[in-house]
Amino acid sequence: MTVVHEESATGAEVPIRRIRVTVNGETKTAEVEPRLLLVHLLRRGLGLTGTHMGCDTTNCGACTVLVNGRPVKSCTMLAVQADGAEVQTVEGLSTPSELHPLQEGFKEEHGLQCGFCTPGMLMSAKALLEENPDPSEDEIRWALSGNLCRCTGYQNIVKAVQWAGRKMRGEQA
Amino acid sequence: MTADGNGSAFGSRIRKEDARFVRGLGKFVDDVVLPGMLHGAMLRSPMAHARIVSVDVSAALAHPRVKTVITGEMLAERGMAWMPTLSYDQQAVLATDKVRFQGQEVAFVVAEDRYAARDALELIDVEYEPLPAVVDAHQALAPDAPVIRDDRPGQQDNHIFDWESGDAQRVAEVFAEADVVVEQDMLYPRVHPAPLETCGIVADMDPVSGRLTVWSTAQAPHAHRSLYAQLTGIPEHRIRVIANDIGGGFGNKVGVYPGYVCAIVASMITQQPVKWIEDRAENLMSTAFARDYHMRGEIAARSDGTILGLRVRVLADHGAFNATAQPSRYPAGFFGVFTGSYDLQAAHCSVTGVYTNKAPGGVAYSCSFRVTEAVYLVERMVDLLACELDMDPAELRMRNLIRPEQFPYDTATGWRYDSGDYPRALAKLLDMAGYHDLRAEQAAKRERGELMGIGLSFFTEAVGAGPRKHLDMYGFGMADGAELRVHPSGTAVLRVSCMSQGQGHETTFAQLVANELGIGVDEVDVVQGDTDHTPFGVGTYGSRSIAVSGAAAVTVARKVREQARLIAAAMLEADPEDLEWGDGRWYVRGVEGAGHTLAEIARAAHADIDLPDGVDGQLAASTVYNPPNLTFPFGAYLCVVDVDPDTGQVTVRRFVAVDDCGVRINPMIVDGQIHRGLADGIGMALMEHIAFDADGNHLGGSFMDYLLPTALECPSWELGETVTPSPHHPVGAKGIGEAATVGSPAAVVNAVMDALRPCGVRHADMPLTPAAVWRAIQGRALRSDLAIR
Repeated sequence: MTVVHEESATGAEVPIRRIRVTVNGETKTAEVEPRLLLVHLLRRGLGLTGTHMGCDTTNCGACTVLVNGRPVKSCTMLAVQADGAEVQTVEGLSTPSELHPLQEGFKEEHGLQCGFCTPGMLMSAKALLEENPDPSEDEIRWALSGNLCRCTGYQNIVKAVQWAGRKMRGEQA
Repeated sequence: MTADGNGSAFGSRIRKEDARFVRGLGKFVDDVVLPGMLHGAMLRSPMAHARIVSVDVSAALAHPRVKTVITGEMLAERGMAWMPTLSYDQQAVLATDKVRFQGQEVAFVVAEDRYAARDALELIDVEYEPLPAVVDAHQALAPDAPVIRDDRPGQQDNHIFDWESGDAQRVAEVFAEADVVVEQDMLYPRVHPAPLETCGIVADMDPVSGRLTVWSTAQAPHAHRSLYAQLTGIPEHRIRVIANDIGGGFGNKVGVYPGYVCAIVASMITQQPVKWIEDRAENLMSTAFARDYHMRGEIAARSDGTILGLRVRVLADHGAFNATAQPSRYPAGFFGVFTGSYDLQAAHCSVTGVYTNKAPGGVAYSCSFRVTEAVYLVERMVDLLACELDMDPAELRMRNLIRPEQFPYDTATGWRYDSGDYPRALAKLLDMAGYHDLRAEQAAKRERGELMGIGLSFFTEAVGAGPRKHLDMYGFGMADGAELRVHPSGTAVLRVSCMSQGQGHETTFAQLVANELGIGVDEVDVVQGDTDHTPFGVGTYGSRSIAVSGAAAVTVARKVREQARLIAAAMLEADPEDLEWGDGRWYVRGVEGAGHTLAEIARAAHADIDLPDGVDGQLAASTVYNPPNLTFPFGAYLCVVDVDPDTGQVTVRRFVAVDDCGVRINPMIVDGQIHRGLADGIGMALMEHIAFDADGNHLGGSFMDYLLPTALECPSWELGETVTPSPHHPVGAKGIGEAATVGSPAAVVNAVMDALRPCGVRHADMPLTPAAVWRAIQGRALRSDLAIR
C-alpha cells in the first residue's frame, strides 16, 4: 500500500519518506511527504474516516487516536513521526460481532448526538480506563478536557465512561 | 398520551444512529471520496474593507498540481459573482469590486489535493487599496461613515431596515402610570455556533447527463437545491443535494456559502468532482455568526411588582451582507416575543439593522430566530426590576407569569401562545433546587464576604415555523412534506424533508410512525437529506422538526392507517365505520383480539383481495403539513455560581432546569438536547465572544481565542419536567432543541449579577470572563460605551 501525498498522485518532486506503521494490528507501509499529518494518512491514505478533524489549533480532540497506547491528537503529529509506532483508531475498537464496552456505554447512556466528537472521545476514554480502571467523575472530566463536544453537554459522556468502567471491572453495568 | 396511539413507542432508550457513529462509520462530507476528486481552497481577504486593484493568479496556475483558479471576474462572466441571500440581499461569492470583511472570499484554487491547494494560495497576488472600516455598529449610521454596500443601487448609507412591533402609544400610556421604570443598555455579543464539523461540500457535475450532485453540510437541502438551480441555470430536476451525516449544525449550516458555489463552478469547469472543506479559522471568520444585538430595555411596573409594560430599542449588527437566515417578512426574526412569560398590558420594540465590515449572519446558534435575544432581554430586565424593588426575583416572576387559564394567550405584540402552566414549572424548579435553603446559604456567605449568586430564568420559546401564510424561507412557505410507504411485509419507510445534525430524527421519527401504526420502532426506517428521495420542505432549524415534520409524519401515518381501515374492512367483510383501531390492529367494534394487524393488511393490499373503490393496491401516502401556529415550549432555570472576588473567576456550581415541551416522544433524546443547550449557556455567558479591533480585524478566529466549554466548565445538570401538551399538534409535542440555549444564558448572567450585588454591580455584558467580572467589581464594566443614544 503506497501513499505519496494525501492520496496517490503524480506531480512536483517532493521529498518522500517510506514509513511502516501498525494500525489496528495491521502493518502498513506508506510513502509520504514529511509534512503529511497523521490524521490525513489515516483518513485518506488508509481510508479510516472515523478519525475526524474539528479544528486547526489542536484544541478539539476529534482526531484523537492512540499511539503506542497514549492518546495523541493526530492533527498535531506528522505521519513520519508514527514510523514504527502502533496506532489504534476507533475502527479497531470493536470486532464485527462485539462492541467495546465504551462503545456500548456511549450507546446506553446517550453519550453522542451528531457523532463527530465520538471517535476521539472513545479513544481518550480508552486510554483513561486502561490507566485508571475506576476513575471519579472529576478524573473523567479532566481526562476528557482535551476533547470538545458541541452536542451533549458532557454529562452523558461522563456516564458512558462510568458505564464502561463498571462493565470492564466486571460489575453490573 | 395521544388521541389514537397509546404512546407505547415513546419510551425508547436506544438511538438507531449510534451503531455507525460509535464504530467510526458515520458518513460525513469529508469522508466522501470520488474518483478523480480535486480539492479546493479559498483565498480570503486580510482586510476588513478595501478596494481590489488587481488579482494575479498566474503563479498559482503555474503550480504543477493546480488545475484551475477561480476569481470573482470569472464568476462575473457567468453571472455568478453575487448570490441571493435568505434576506433578499445579495452576497458576494468572490469579491470583485471590494472586500467588505476580513476573511471574505477572494479566489478559489482547485488542485490535486488539499496540501497543494493550500500551497497555491500563497502564490496568488492581490493588490488592495485599504478603506476605513465600520466596526462599531453605533457608528455605522454616522454621516461620515464609509458606505459599505456601494454595490446596491441607491444605497447611500449603512442602513438595512427599521422594524417595529407592538403599540408604542399604549406603552407610553402605561409608562406614564408606572410607579417605577428601570432602564438598561445591554449587548448580546457576537458569538458563533462553531459546530465541531465545519462546513464543506463535494460537488460533482456530470458533463454527460448534465446532472449536478452535491454532498454537503446542508440543514436545508431542498432550499439549497433551489438556490443552486437559480444561480447556475441547471434545471432543478437535474440537481441532487445529499446531506449524509452532519457533525452538528446549530444554525451554522442553514445558508449557502461562497465555498459551496465555488466548488460547484470548479466542478463545471474541470469536469471532475471538487471537494471543499473549510478549516476552523474559516468557519469562525466567515460563516454565520449569531446575536450581535445592542439592546436598550425599559420595564415599567407598579411598586407592588406588577409589571405593566416593556419597551425595547435594538441596534442589530448584520455584517457586510444581510444574509440572515429567517422568514423573509421578519427582519428581526421572532424578537417580538420579548414580552416573555409575563402578562403585560403593553409592549413595543423597534429594531434597526445596519451593515458593518464583518461577516454576515445573525440568526444561528439555536436562536429560534432571535428568541435568544428576546428572552435574554426580558429576563435581565425582570431581574433589574427585582433589584430596584428589592423583591425576590422568583416571587416577582411568580406574580407576573401568565396563568394557565389564560391560554391560548395573545401577547401585547401579537403572538398567540398555545399552552402553558408556568406557575407549576416555576414551583417545581424552586422545590428541586431548594431555593429557600440556597438563599439562606447565600445570606450566610455574604456575611462572610463570599460572593455566591442565584440566577433565575423563566422563558417562553417560539418554535415550529410555519404557518406558511405568514412565514417563508427564500420564498418557500414553511410547511414540510412527509411520505410513508408500507412494504408488503408490514415494515415502513418514512421520507421527510427535515435534516438531522445529531438530534436523533432517525429514531424519533420512527417512534412517531411506529406509534401510529402499531409496529416496532425497528420496523420503520427514516430517509432524510437526499433531495432525490425526500419530499420538499425547508429543513431543520428553529426547533421545527418535531413541530412541523413530526406533525407531518404523524399525519401521513394516520392517512395510511385510514387506508388500512378500508382494506381491513374488505378483509373482514365489514363496514369501515364499524372498525376500531387498537393494540396495533383494525378490528370490528366489540371483537377485540380479532381483526388484522398492519402487516396482515399490507400483505392483503398487495395480494388478490378485491379492493374497495378509491383504494390502490398499496399502503402509501404523502402529505404536506402546514402548522396552524408555532409551538411555545417553556422552562424554568436556576443557576448557582460562586465568584472569586480576587480573580473574577466564575464557577457554575449547580444548574437546575425544568423544561416543558409538551409530550416527549423520546425522553432520553430530549434530555440530551437540553444538556447541550445548558452547555451553550455556560459558553455564551462566560467564555464565547467574536471580537474585532478598530480596523476590523477578527479576534476570534480559532479555538485558542474562541473559547468553548469543556467537560470541566460544565456541572452535572439537574433536570426536571412538566408536560403541557400543544393543543394544535397531532401528538401534543412541542419543539425542544433550542430551548436550553435560549433560556440558560440569562440564568447564568442573573446569577453572576446576583453574586456581585454586594459590590454594587448592576449589569455587565457577556461574556463574563474573569477579566470582565474583575473590572465590573472595580466599577469599570466593559463596553459601557455601546449604549444607544
